[in-house]
Amino acid sequence: MRQLFRMFILALALSCTLDTAGLAQTTEPQSPEEIELLAQEVGQSLRCVVCQNQSIENSNAPLAADMRRIVRERIAAGDSPAEVRAFMVERYGNFVLLKPPLQLDTLLLWFGPLIALSGALAAAYIYLRSGTAPSAAAGTDLVAEEAALDAALARKERPTS
Amino acid sequence: MSEQSMNTEATKPPSGLPRWFVFLPVVTLAVIAGFFAFGLTRDPHELPSLMIDRPMPAFALDPLDNETPLLTTEDLQGEVSLINVFGSWCVACAAEHPMLMDIGESGLVRLHGVDWRDPPGVGATWLREYGNPYERIGVDSDSRLAVELGVTGAPETFLVDRTGTVRYKHIGPITPEFWRETLLPLIRELERAS
Repeated sequence: MRQLFRMFILALALSCTLDTAGLAQTTEPQSPEEIELLAQEVGQSLRCVVCQNQSIENSNAPLAADMRRIVRERIAAGDSPAEVRAFMVERYGNFVLLKPPLQLDTLLLWFGPLIALSGALAAAYIYLRSGTAPSAAAGTDLVAEEAALDAALARKERPTS
Repeated sequence: MSEQSMNTEATKPPSGLPRWFVFLPVVTLAVIAGFFAFGLTRDPHELPSLMIDRPMPAFALDPLDNETPLLTTEDLQGEVSLINVFGSWCVACAAEHPMLMDIGESGLVRLHGVDWRDPPGVGATWLREYGNPYERIGVDSDSRLAVELGVTGAPETFLVDRTGTVRYKHIGPITPEFWRETLLPLIRELERAS
Protein backbone atom coordinates (compact mmCIF):
# COMPACT_ATOMS: atom_id res chain seq x y z
CA MET A 1 0.00 0.00 0.00
CA ARG A 2 2.79 2.39 0.93
CA GLN A 3 4.65 1.47 -2.23
CA LEU A 4 1.56 2.17 -4.27
CA PHE A 5 1.20 5.57 -2.64
CA ARG A 6 4.84 6.34 -3.33
CA MET A 7 4.41 5.41 -6.98
CA PHE A 8 1.36 7.63 -7.16
CA ILE A 9 3.25 10.62 -5.71
CA LEU A 10 6.08 9.97 -8.15
CA ALA A 11 3.68 9.95 -11.10
CA LEU A 12 2.11 13.15 -9.81
CA ALA A 13 5.48 14.89 -9.48
CA LEU A 14 6.39 13.69 -12.96
CA SER A 15 3.21 15.06 -14.49
CA CYS A 16 3.84 18.40 -12.78
CA THR A 17 7.34 18.68 -14.18
CA LEU A 18 6.04 17.73 -17.61
CA ASP A 19 3.51 20.51 -17.33
CA THR A 20 6.07 23.16 -16.49
CA ALA A 21 8.24 21.85 -19.30
CA GLY A 22 5.34 22.54 -21.64
CA LEU A 23 5.06 26.06 -20.27
CA ALA A 24 8.70 26.89 -20.76
CA GLN A 25 8.65 25.56 -24.29
CA THR A 26 8.45 28.37 -26.80
CA THR A 27 8.71 26.60 -30.08
CA GLU A 28 7.79 28.80 -32.91
CA PRO A 29 5.83 26.84 -35.45
CA GLN A 30 7.08 27.26 -38.98
CA SER A 31 4.70 25.60 -41.37
CA PRO A 32 0.92 26.07 -41.54
CA GLU A 33 0.59 22.32 -40.89
CA GLU A 34 2.46 22.71 -37.62
CA ILE A 35 0.29 25.65 -36.60
CA GLU A 36 -2.85 23.66 -37.38
CA LEU A 37 -1.59 20.67 -35.42
CA LEU A 38 -0.80 22.76 -32.34
CA ALA A 39 -4.05 24.70 -32.64
CA GLN A 40 -6.01 21.45 -32.77
CA GLU A 41 -4.19 20.17 -29.71
CA VAL A 42 -5.08 23.36 -27.83
CA GLY A 43 -8.62 23.47 -29.20
CA GLN A 44 -9.33 19.94 -28.04
CA SER A 45 -8.44 20.93 -24.48
CA LEU A 46 -10.67 24.02 -24.47
CA ARG A 47 -14.34 23.88 -23.60
CA CYS A 48 -16.91 25.48 -25.84
CA VAL A 49 -18.48 27.90 -23.36
CA VAL A 50 -21.81 27.89 -25.20
CA CYS A 51 -22.46 24.17 -25.46
CA GLN A 52 -20.26 23.38 -22.41
CA ASN A 53 -19.63 19.69 -22.98
CA GLN A 54 -17.79 19.86 -26.27
CA SER A 55 -14.34 21.11 -27.08
CA ILE A 56 -14.13 24.14 -29.34
CA GLU A 57 -12.67 21.84 -32.02
CA ASN A 58 -15.83 19.71 -32.00
CA SER A 59 -18.41 22.42 -31.59
CA ASN A 60 -20.49 24.07 -34.27
CA ALA A 61 -21.31 27.09 -32.12
CA PRO A 62 -20.33 30.41 -33.74
CA LEU A 63 -18.40 31.47 -30.63
CA ALA A 64 -16.40 28.23 -30.77
CA ALA A 65 -15.50 29.02 -34.38
CA ASP A 66 -14.27 32.46 -33.32
CA MET A 67 -12.31 30.93 -30.45
CA ARG A 68 -10.72 28.44 -32.87
CA ARG A 69 -9.67 31.35 -35.04
CA ILE A 70 -8.19 33.24 -32.07
CA VAL A 71 -6.28 30.11 -30.99
CA ARG A 72 -4.79 29.79 -34.50
CA GLU A 73 -3.85 33.45 -34.58
CA ARG A 74 -2.03 33.22 -31.28
CA ILE A 75 -0.23 29.99 -32.24
CA ALA A 76 0.83 31.60 -35.52
CA ALA A 77 2.07 34.62 -33.55
CA GLY A 78 4.41 32.31 -31.63
CA ASP A 79 2.42 31.52 -28.47
CA SER A 80 2.99 28.08 -26.99
CA PRO A 81 -0.07 25.86 -26.36
CA ALA A 82 0.29 26.57 -22.63
CA GLU A 83 0.30 30.30 -23.29
CA VAL A 84 -2.84 30.10 -25.42
CA ARG A 85 -4.57 28.09 -22.70
CA ALA A 86 -3.48 30.67 -20.12
CA PHE A 87 -4.95 33.41 -22.33
CA MET A 88 -8.33 31.66 -22.37
CA VAL A 89 -8.24 30.86 -18.63
CA GLU A 90 -7.59 34.53 -17.90
CA ARG A 91 -10.83 35.41 -19.66
CA TYR A 92 -13.11 32.45 -19.01
CA GLY A 93 -11.59 30.93 -15.87
CA ASN A 94 -10.59 27.31 -15.32
CA PHE A 95 -14.01 26.35 -16.58
CA VAL A 96 -12.73 26.75 -20.14
CA LEU A 97 -10.29 23.88 -19.61
CA LEU A 98 -11.83 20.47 -20.21
CA LYS A 99 -9.21 18.98 -17.87
CA PRO A 100 -9.30 20.87 -14.58
CA PRO A 101 -5.88 21.95 -13.28
CA LEU A 102 -4.38 20.45 -10.13
CA GLN A 103 -4.46 23.21 -7.52
CA LEU A 104 -5.54 23.79 -3.95
CA ASP A 105 -9.26 24.14 -4.62
CA THR A 106 -9.39 21.16 -6.97
CA LEU A 107 -7.62 18.72 -4.64
CA LEU A 108 -10.92 17.16 -3.58
CA LEU A 109 -11.93 16.82 -7.23
CA TRP A 110 -8.72 15.03 -8.13
CA PHE A 111 -8.27 12.91 -5.02
CA GLY A 112 -11.90 12.52 -3.89
CA PRO A 113 -12.33 9.20 -5.73
CA LEU A 114 -9.02 7.92 -4.31
CA ILE A 115 -10.08 8.96 -0.78
CA ALA A 116 -13.46 7.28 -1.26
CA LEU A 117 -11.81 4.13 -2.58
CA SER A 118 -9.28 3.93 0.27
CA GLY A 119 -12.09 4.58 2.73
CA ALA A 120 -14.10 1.74 1.26
CA LEU A 121 -11.09 -0.57 1.28
CA ALA A 122 -10.33 0.33 4.91
CA ALA A 123 -13.95 -0.31 5.88
CA ALA A 124 -13.94 -3.64 4.07
CA TYR A 125 -10.65 -4.58 5.73
CA ILE A 126 -11.95 -3.78 9.21
CA TYR A 127 -15.20 -5.57 8.53
CA LEU A 128 -13.59 -8.72 7.17
CA ARG A 129 -10.98 -8.86 9.91
CA SER A 130 -13.48 -8.34 12.70
CA GLY A 131 -15.64 -11.02 11.12
CA THR A 132 -12.96 -13.71 11.46
CA ALA A 133 -11.08 -12.74 14.60
CA PRO A 134 -13.96 -12.71 17.16
CA SER A 135 -15.25 -16.08 15.94
CA ALA A 136 -11.90 -17.63 16.81
CA ALA A 137 -12.01 -15.89 20.20
CA ALA A 138 -15.62 -16.94 20.63
CA GLY A 139 -14.52 -20.51 20.03
CA THR A 140 -12.22 -20.45 23.07
CA ASP A 141 -14.93 -18.65 25.09
CA LEU A 142 -17.35 -21.36 24.22
CA VAL A 143 -15.05 -24.04 25.52
CA ALA A 144 -14.68 -22.16 28.80
CA GLU A 145 -18.39 -21.52 28.99
CA GLU A 146 -19.19 -25.15 28.36
CA ALA A 147 -16.84 -26.14 31.13
CA ALA A 148 -18.50 -23.62 33.47
CA LEU A 149 -21.93 -24.91 32.54
CA ASP A 150 -20.82 -28.47 33.06
CA ALA A 151 -19.54 -27.54 36.48
CA ALA A 152 -22.80 -25.71 37.31
CA LEU A 153 -24.85 -28.67 36.20
CA ALA A 154 -22.72 -30.97 38.24
CA ARG A 155 -23.26 -28.74 41.25
CA LYS A 156 -27.02 -28.60 40.70
CA GLU A 157 -27.30 -32.32 40.12
CA ARG A 158 -25.59 -33.26 43.34
CA PRO A 159 -28.27 -32.10 45.85
CA THR A 160 -31.19 -33.65 43.93
CA SER A 161 -29.55 -37.03 43.53
CA MET B 1 -21.74 -14.80 37.15
CA SER B 2 -21.98 -16.58 33.85
CA GLU B 3 -25.39 -15.01 33.25
CA GLN B 4 -23.96 -11.51 33.59
CA SER B 5 -21.22 -12.16 31.08
CA MET B 6 -23.83 -13.49 28.67
CA ASN B 7 -25.79 -10.23 28.95
CA THR B 8 -22.84 -7.97 28.11
CA GLU B 9 -22.09 -10.18 25.14
CA ALA B 10 -25.61 -9.63 23.80
CA THR B 11 -25.38 -5.79 23.77
CA LYS B 12 -22.36 -5.88 21.45
CA PRO B 13 -22.79 -6.45 17.72
CA PRO B 14 -22.03 -10.05 16.94
CA SER B 15 -19.03 -9.27 14.76
CA GLY B 16 -17.30 -7.13 17.41
CA LEU B 17 -17.48 -3.88 15.36
CA PRO B 18 -18.34 -0.58 17.03
CA ARG B 19 -22.02 0.30 16.80
CA TRP B 20 -21.57 3.45 14.72
CA PHE B 21 -20.03 1.35 11.98
CA VAL B 22 -23.53 0.41 10.89
CA PHE B 23 -24.31 4.05 10.07
CA LEU B 24 -21.18 4.64 8.03
CA PRO B 25 -22.79 3.81 4.63
CA VAL B 26 -25.80 5.98 5.47
CA VAL B 27 -23.60 8.92 6.46
CA THR B 28 -21.48 8.49 3.34
CA LEU B 29 -24.56 8.43 1.16
CA ALA B 30 -25.92 11.55 2.88
CA VAL B 31 -22.67 13.44 2.21
CA ILE B 32 -22.66 12.45 -1.46
CA ALA B 33 -26.35 13.33 -1.77
CA GLY B 34 -25.56 16.71 -0.22
CA PHE B 35 -22.89 17.42 -2.83
CA PHE B 36 -25.24 16.42 -5.63
CA ALA B 37 -28.08 18.52 -4.22
CA PHE B 38 -25.78 21.53 -4.25
CA GLY B 39 -24.07 20.85 -7.56
CA LEU B 40 -26.96 19.73 -9.72
CA THR B 41 -29.36 22.53 -8.84
CA ARG B 42 -26.99 25.28 -9.93
CA ASP B 43 -27.22 26.79 -13.38
CA PRO B 44 -24.07 25.74 -15.26
CA HIS B 45 -24.43 28.75 -17.54
CA GLU B 46 -23.86 31.18 -14.72
CA LEU B 47 -20.11 31.38 -14.62
CA PRO B 48 -18.26 33.68 -12.28
CA SER B 49 -16.80 36.55 -14.29
CA LEU B 50 -13.10 37.17 -14.10
CA MET B 51 -13.62 40.69 -15.38
CA ILE B 52 -14.91 42.08 -12.09
CA ASP B 53 -12.66 44.88 -10.78
CA ARG B 54 -10.46 44.63 -13.82
CA PRO B 55 -10.04 47.48 -16.28
CA MET B 56 -12.01 47.19 -19.47
CA PRO B 57 -9.63 45.78 -22.08
CA ALA B 58 -8.67 48.12 -24.91
CA PHE B 59 -10.73 47.39 -27.99
CA ALA B 60 -11.16 48.55 -31.57
CA LEU B 61 -14.63 47.86 -32.88
CA ASP B 62 -16.19 48.56 -36.26
CA PRO B 63 -18.78 51.33 -36.65
CA LEU B 64 -22.43 50.27 -36.96
CA ASP B 65 -23.21 52.73 -39.75
CA ASN B 66 -22.36 56.29 -40.81
CA GLU B 67 -24.64 57.95 -38.24
CA THR B 68 -24.20 56.05 -34.97
CA PRO B 69 -21.19 57.21 -32.86
CA LEU B 70 -18.54 54.51 -32.52
CA LEU B 71 -17.82 53.11 -29.06
CA THR B 72 -14.14 53.34 -28.16
CA THR B 73 -12.14 52.55 -25.03
CA GLU B 74 -11.86 56.25 -24.17
CA ASP B 75 -15.65 56.66 -24.06
CA LEU B 76 -15.74 54.58 -20.88
CA GLN B 77 -13.63 57.03 -18.91
CA GLY B 78 -15.15 59.67 -16.66
CA GLU B 79 -18.69 58.37 -16.29
CA VAL B 80 -20.46 55.27 -15.07
CA SER B 81 -21.71 53.30 -18.06
CA LEU B 82 -23.47 50.11 -19.03
CA ILE B 83 -22.18 48.06 -21.93
CA ASN B 84 -24.75 45.73 -23.37
CA VAL B 85 -23.60 42.89 -25.62
CA PHE B 86 -26.37 42.11 -28.10
CA GLY B 87 -26.97 40.63 -31.54
CA SER B 88 -29.79 40.73 -34.03
CA TRP B 89 -29.74 36.89 -34.03
CA CYS B 90 -30.31 36.73 -30.29
CA VAL B 91 -33.86 35.97 -29.17
CA ALA B 92 -33.33 36.98 -25.55
CA CYS B 93 -31.97 40.34 -26.74
CA ALA B 94 -35.26 41.08 -28.49
CA ALA B 95 -37.05 40.27 -25.24
CA GLU B 96 -34.71 42.55 -23.33
CA HIS B 97 -34.99 45.38 -25.83
CA PRO B 98 -38.00 47.28 -24.40
CA MET B 99 -36.22 47.43 -21.03
CA LEU B 100 -33.10 48.85 -22.69
CA MET B 101 -35.25 51.45 -24.46
CA ASP B 102 -36.59 52.49 -21.05
CA ILE B 103 -33.09 52.67 -19.55
CA GLY B 104 -31.86 54.70 -22.54
CA GLU B 105 -34.76 57.14 -22.25
CA SER B 106 -34.42 57.48 -18.47
CA GLY B 107 -30.98 59.04 -18.90
CA LEU B 108 -29.94 57.56 -15.53
CA VAL B 109 -26.82 55.95 -16.96
CA ARG B 110 -24.84 55.98 -20.19
CA LEU B 111 -25.87 52.93 -22.18
CA HIS B 112 -23.54 51.64 -24.88
CA GLY B 113 -23.97 48.66 -27.15
CA VAL B 114 -21.68 46.01 -28.55
CA ASP B 115 -23.24 44.45 -31.62
CA TRP B 116 -21.84 40.95 -31.40
CA ARG B 117 -21.42 38.56 -34.33
CA ASP B 118 -23.60 40.47 -36.74
CA PRO B 119 -22.52 40.81 -40.36
CA PRO B 120 -22.09 44.43 -41.53
CA GLY B 121 -25.38 46.28 -41.76
CA VAL B 122 -27.52 43.63 -40.08
CA GLY B 123 -27.33 45.15 -36.60
CA ALA B 124 -28.17 48.61 -37.99
CA THR B 125 -31.27 47.29 -39.74
CA TRP B 126 -32.37 45.50 -36.57
CA LEU B 127 -31.95 48.67 -34.46
CA ARG B 128 -33.83 50.76 -37.03
CA GLU B 129 -36.73 48.37 -36.73
CA TYR B 130 -36.84 48.08 -32.91
CA GLY B 131 -35.33 51.44 -31.93
CA ASN B 132 -31.83 52.30 -30.77
CA PRO B 133 -31.40 52.71 -26.99
CA TYR B 134 -27.61 53.06 -27.18
CA GLU B 135 -25.51 56.20 -27.06
CA ARG B 136 -22.54 54.63 -28.78
CA ILE B 137 -22.21 51.33 -30.57
CA GLY B 138 -19.34 49.17 -31.75
CA VAL B 139 -19.63 46.10 -33.95
CA ASP B 140 -17.73 43.01 -32.79
CA SER B 141 -18.32 40.77 -35.80
CA ASP B 142 -15.54 38.28 -35.01
CA SER B 143 -15.89 37.98 -31.18
CA ARG B 144 -12.61 39.72 -30.50
CA LEU B 145 -13.98 41.86 -27.67
CA ALA B 146 -16.45 39.15 -26.63
CA VAL B 147 -13.61 36.72 -25.88
CA GLU B 148 -11.63 39.47 -24.14
CA LEU B 149 -14.64 39.98 -21.85
CA GLY B 150 -15.29 36.27 -21.38
CA VAL B 151 -18.74 36.54 -22.97
CA THR B 152 -20.48 33.19 -23.33
CA GLY B 153 -23.78 34.32 -24.81
CA ALA B 154 -25.98 37.30 -25.48
CA PRO B 155 -27.28 39.38 -23.89
CA GLU B 156 -24.64 40.19 -21.32
CA THR B 157 -24.33 43.54 -19.62
CA PHE B 158 -21.23 45.03 -18.01
CA LEU B 159 -21.32 47.85 -15.49
CA VAL B 160 -18.22 50.03 -15.80
CA ASP B 161 -17.25 52.71 -13.27
CA ARG B 162 -15.75 56.15 -13.95
CA THR B 163 -12.22 54.79 -14.20
CA GLY B 164 -13.19 52.31 -16.89
CA THR B 165 -13.11 49.37 -14.47
CA VAL B 166 -15.67 46.61 -14.82
CA ARG B 167 -17.65 46.38 -11.59
CA TYR B 168 -20.49 44.05 -12.39
CA LYS B 169 -21.57 41.58 -15.04
CA HIS B 170 -25.07 40.37 -15.72
CA ILE B 171 -25.79 37.33 -17.88
CA GLY B 172 -29.16 37.22 -19.62
CA PRO B 173 -31.85 39.83 -20.19
CA ILE B 174 -32.24 42.75 -17.77
CA THR B 175 -35.70 42.40 -16.28
CA PRO B 176 -37.51 45.41 -14.75
CA GLU B 177 -37.04 43.83 -11.30
CA PHE B 178 -33.35 43.31 -11.86
CA TRP B 179 -32.97 46.89 -13.04
CA ARG B 180 -34.89 48.30 -10.09
CA GLU B 181 -33.48 46.11 -7.34
CA THR B 182 -29.90 45.43 -8.40
CA LEU B 183 -28.57 47.42 -11.31
CA LEU B 184 -29.89 50.89 -10.51
CA PRO B 185 -28.74 50.77 -6.84
CA LEU B 186 -25.30 49.66 -8.04
CA ILE B 187 -25.16 52.51 -10.54
CA ARG B 188 -26.15 55.04 -7.86
CA GLU B 189 -23.51 53.63 -5.52
CA LEU B 190 -20.80 53.93 -8.17
CA GLU B 191 -21.88 57.45 -9.00
CA ARG B 192 -21.69 58.50 -5.35
CA ALA B 193 -18.19 57.07 -5.05
CA SER B 194 -16.58 59.66 -7.29
